[in-house]
Amino acid sequence: MKTLAMGRRALLGAAMAFGLGGTAFADGHQVVDSIHFLIPGGAGGGWDGTARGTGEALTNAGLVGTASFENMSGGGGGKAIGYLIENADSNHGTLMVNSTPIVIRSLTGVFPHNFRDLTLVAGTIGDYAAMVVGKDSPINSMEDLLAAYDADPNSTAIGGGSVPGGMDHLVAAMVMEAAGKDALGVKYIPYDAGGKAMAALLSGEIAALSTGFSEAVDLANAGEVKIIGVTAPERVDAAPDAMTMKEQGIDTEFVNWRGFFGAPGLPEDKLAMYQDALAKMYDTPEWETVRARNGWVNIHNNGDEFKAFLEDQEQVIGDLMKKLGFL
Amino acid sequence: MLEGIMIGLQTAFSIQNLLMVIGGCLIGTFIGMLPGLGPMSIIAIMIPVAISLGDPSAALILLAGVYYGAIFGGSTSSILLNAPGVAGTVATSFDGYPMARDGKAGKALTIAAIASFCGGSIGAILLMIFAPMLSSVALLFHSAEYFALMVVGLSAIAAFAGTGQVAKAIMMTLLGLIMATVGEGALFNMPRFTMGLMDLQSGFAFITLAMAMFALPEALYLVMDPSRSKTGQSGDIKDLRITKDEAKSIAPVVGRQSLQGFFIGVLPGAGATIASFLGYAVERNIAPEKEKEQFGKGSIKGLAAPETANNAACTGSFVPLLTLGIPGSGTTAILLGALIALNVTPGPRLMVDDPQIFWAVIISMYIGNLVLLILNLPLIPYIAKILAVPRNFLIPFILFFTLMGAYIGQNNATELLLLVGFGICATILRFADYPLAPLLIGFILGGMLEDNFSRSMQLYDGISFIWERPMTLGLLVIACLLVILPSYRARRARARAAGVADGD
Repeated sequence: MKTLAMGRRALLGAAMAFGLGGTAFADGHQVVDSIHFLIPGGAGGGWDGTARGTGEALTNAGLVGTASFENMSGGGGGKAIGYLIENADSNHGTLMVNSTPIVIRSLTGVFPHNFRDLTLVAGTIGDYAAMVVGKDSPINSMEDLLAAYDADPNSTAIGGGSVPGGMDHLVAAMVMEAAGKDALGVKYIPYDAGGKAMAALLSGEIAALSTGFSEAVDLANAGEVKIIGVTAPERVDAAPDAMTMKEQGIDTEFVNWRGFFGAPGLPEDKLAMYQDALAKMYDTPEWETVRARNGWVNIHNNGDEFKAFLEDQEQVIGDLMKKLGFL
Repeated sequence: MLEGIMIGLQTAFSIQNLLMVIGGCLIGTFIGMLPGLGPMSIIAIMIPVAISLGDPSAALILLAGVYYGAIFGGSTSSILLNAPGVAGTVATSFDGYPMARDGKAGKALTIAAIASFCGGSIGAILLMIFAPMLSSVALLFHSAEYFALMVVGLSAIAAFAGTGQVAKAIMMTLLGLIMATVGEGALFNMPRFTMGLMDLQSGFAFITLAMAMFALPEALYLVMDPSRSKTGQSGDIKDLRITKDEAKSIAPVVGRQSLQGFFIGVLPGAGATIASFLGYAVERNIAPEKEKEQFGKGSIKGLAAPETANNAACTGSFVPLLTLGIPGSGTTAILLGALIALNVTPGPRLMVDDPQIFWAVIISMYIGNLVLLILNLPLIPYIAKILAVPRNFLIPFILFFTLMGAYIGQNNATELLLLVGFGICATILRFADYPLAPLLIGFILGGMLEDNFSRSMQLYDGISFIWERPMTLGLLVIACLLVILPSYRARRARARAAGVADGD
């Protein structure tokens, strides 16, 4: 705790020094002196990996001098958001990582804040969603799945790695809705982790699985599962055989994004600096190493684009959740 | 297959790789002793190091060393301090800690090391022979069977029934099950029983509860009753020898539990925790009447059973990982990430496309296991000496250790308040002679029990899965037998002897 507190103070000092000295300090292509990453969950999770991976790439590439990390779990991420808002003035050097659940959880009221209470820095990476079936399943396309659903909705259970009303459920409902079916009739079976949901799919307990594209792609390439639909605008290079939803006449797109937020009232110049560092990061080999290691997809949304994207996602998800009775 | 094994052996026995595995084992053992850091977190920490080595076999060998080291380190803190850092070593503390308290810490650690080694080795052999065949077995289990398996796991509380505390044990189990419902359930998008507190949203942390139920009350007891622990004067090195009779008595336990643990480990999601509880329950049930009374008071069988089972299960969990590409536990999920980062894609193609990697994984696990035993046996007397530290230094050390364990994983100071609060409640319950282990067992299994039960309910639109699925029914019957038989036998024995059973 002691070292953490000191770290934050030192960081603040560094940030202030930077503010006074301006870019004269920067050597070569360094853009930001230091960034403190606030991670709203425990060590080892998706948020943790994103923040640490991004920090590693930024420092190794020399875009940022030093990066420090702080895990603050609690309240499904709400505790860290609350902390950042309450201590906004002393957190100009902090970036918080977050992802699609910030939209979903603020809609359901898990925490009282939403993304508008923060400064939007940038969405950096993303993952499309996919509908997956086992290799021996008679289902080969979304059309087959919809036919099976029409024939017997009760035994065409769709599983996912999130709670009902969570992301995997919403994607399944969104796809069914866009295909002209009743999203309420979908029998959604929740699992507490993607791996267990995948095991359930292979064991035949569920007919199809709604999951992240990156979680399914390796198994699909190994021939264990078939990806019958991807929520991407066009086919993804990693699995060129997997058809998109749009190709199959289901007009829906979905990206599970991850990105960074600053404290409310973050000064314009600081914001621009962070955005600049993140934008430059994409061209570095160091980022490519980290990205490839984790199988992330570059989906860059800066500032205002990020805002428009989030508002749109909030709208779509909110409407769907109302329809499903979660709001 | 022989060819593959030879290639694997060749890679594993280079000087560089042997250094890797020794380094990994040492790091794993020492970090693993800290209660908050289980194998999962330590492997997560070591992955960047392993990847930077560049050579997949070297990286895997390093990680295997860390993995086994961490498991052994976890058992060490369970035995010496009654502070189980991961759910899989809770059962180890049932008999391991009473042994340490009796001044037999060295022997307890030796038994743990040897049992772990045997479990891991037999597991590795089974993995070599049966891995391809078992991939389909892993998929036989649906949610309904997992539910039934959790019920069987809960029957481990029967081990506490013989002491005349059946009602108390059941009450504590129910309390544990209730506590498992706090937080955001996996099946509803709404927080339950959090009283509006954000810190309870994700439920109680296992580590906080384990420290509060086991380590903290123990430390308080040590303060109140100095004669409770005889460890001050121990530390004799002769102590760690196992007599021939003891070896003879634990050999069948190790044999049975290696098999049982391995097969439970093969099921994705069941894992080391269930294997250790079940191993403990089964061994207690089949032990002769005289030895049965020793369980919970420092039985060497009661220590060997869960230690063997949890290691065999850890090895078993590699079956779904390597043959299907499905991680069955948190640790294998992290390892899957590491393998993918090393450009190795586990799955049915692995054995065909990259046999040398497949065998390197298995051989490196075996070597990790072996090196751990060779390294740790000579270290045990020194590790056991921790308990020879004078009480007025040891107790603050345990308290520090305990508090840090609860804090370290979550970085959340509220855990400390919960820990102290629950610790005080637990101490009071112990005064009233309520067993605390059933509470923890209930808590650990409760979440999985509920998830699998409600999933089956949803899939079958009711509870018809109980009789429609024969395997579920079979497992539930076994669970009933495991609970009822010992208390029935205990009652009969009591009626015969008309003596008073004493509980600890």
